[in-house]
Amino acid sequence: MASNEEILAGLAEIVNEETGLATEAVELDKSFTEDLDIDSISMMTIVVNAEEKFGVRIPDEEVKNLKTVGDAVSFISNAQA
Amino acid sequence: MTRKVVITGLGATTPIGGDVPTMWTNALKGVSGAKTLEDDWVAKYELPVHFAARCSTPALEVLSRVEAKRMDPSTQFGVIAAREAWADSGITDVDHDRLAVAFATGIGGVWTLLDAWDTLKEKGPRRVLPMTVPMLMPNGVAAAVSLDLGARAGAHTPVSACASGTEALHLGLDLIRSGKADVVMCGGAEAAIHPMPLAAFSSMQALSRRNDDPEGASRPYDMGRDGFVMGEGAGALVLEAEEHALARGARIYGELAGTSVTSDSYHITAPDPEGLGATRALKAAMFDGRIQAEDVVHVNAHATSTPVGDKPEYTALRAALGTHVDNVAVSATKSQMGHLLGASGAVEAVLTVLAVYERKAPLTINLENQDPEIPLDVVTSSRELPAGDIVALSNSFGFGGHNAVIAVRSI
Repeated sequence: MASNEEILAGLAEIVNEETGLATEAVELDKSFTEDLDIDSISMMTIVVNAEEKFGVRIPDEEVKNLKTVGDAVSFISNAQA
Repeated sequence: MTRKVVITGLGATTPIGGDVPTMWTNALKGVSGAKTLEDDWVAKYELPVHFAARCSTPALEVLSRVEAKRMDPSTQFGVIAAREAWADSGITDVDHDRLAVAFATGIGGVWTLLDAWDTLKEKGPRRVLPMTVPMLMPNGVAAAVSLDLGARAGAHTPVSACASGTEALHLGLDLIRSGKADVVMCGGAEAAIHPMPLAAFSSMQALSRRNDDPEGASRPYDMGRDGFVMGEGAGALVLEAEEHALARGARIYGELAGTSVTSDSYHITAPDPEGLGATRALKAAMFDGRIQAEDVVHVNAHATSTPVGDKPEYTALRAALGTHVDNVAVSATKSQMGHLLGASGAVEAVLTVLAVYERKAPLTINLENQDPEIPLDVVTSSRELPAGDIVALSNSFGFGGHNAVIAVRSI
């Protein structure tokens, strides 16, 4: 079980790996598309890497609801519970 | 009146240099880029061939990690070479709707394809990354170069095995002559030093097995030749309509005077033993460029170092150039960098352009006991090319019976 801080840090590493964005730029209120400029292919890569890292399953139909980094952190946290 | 097409930019990343100046210095010195492979998969799969010619500068030393992640290794090499050629051309202002790309590959994204297959088998479909398709598609390199340069007049990928790189120049010349573009980024890229292609080329007896002497393994025209050495990398050339180049005061390396492509329709892999397809290609390129045999001073030969491949090319050169072939300085540069497959024609075109521009022929190494059935004047030590108007040819032949020739004329 990871805390929300740990999930955010892990997600930030995944985003950095995929896009080169600084990990500090990955904040809870940031929108993946609007603020972080992440396209759909990168988003799917991030989702798949997050599934492996956190041992959860993020269904394809759920991905469109993950608008902000915070949405993803909450989803992963709930899925782990 | 046919539009004249000139070459104004050169780029390369190869086993004997990660950029054009380094490659050219080494090509005149005579070095080998072949080395024993240290990868654990060589022993794991008991590959019969233990060496290859890797790019001397890894792509990750040039590209950012994030950039590289979205490209197959072949595309990485292509983008590196294209960027160098573009910078070298000095073009700062271009009508992007008149800028095209003709960037070839022989095999394409084989690393991406096979990595994804391994992932599917080991981890399941969810782990197959969404970038897999755009990375493995053969047009991936042309698409990436087009994105990088903002080229919007079309991005093409000629695929004709080891003739691909030369065929890209044939297409590029056509695009400018026919008025479809003013500037074309041409090239070829390949990255197939992976255990599967090595096993496949080995099983067809195409690769040298001189495992105890990688540097001596690629020996075109030598009696001891036993196959080619797998290389990797990319070459890129900026083709430009002459009036476009003159208008911006460009440095012009030479004219792409003529090109041609023919097909053997003889055998899927073996070259026509009489070199008829290659002869027709040579004659057609010379006709296209209004070139007489006596104009030709230098040939960058296809010469892969296979027992069966080197001789028909000689037969074709003699048929096309007649007795003048005895006066032509022939370089077999695969002796130094191995066979870059779909990139070889592009890299050899860069060398051919530089030979005409600098009036120097690159060296052929490892020629110790020349095959008496191939009595060419092979360049094995420093050789100046004559002053005045000169022409050099570069040949490429590919599995499938593809023959492609380019002719470069001095300016």
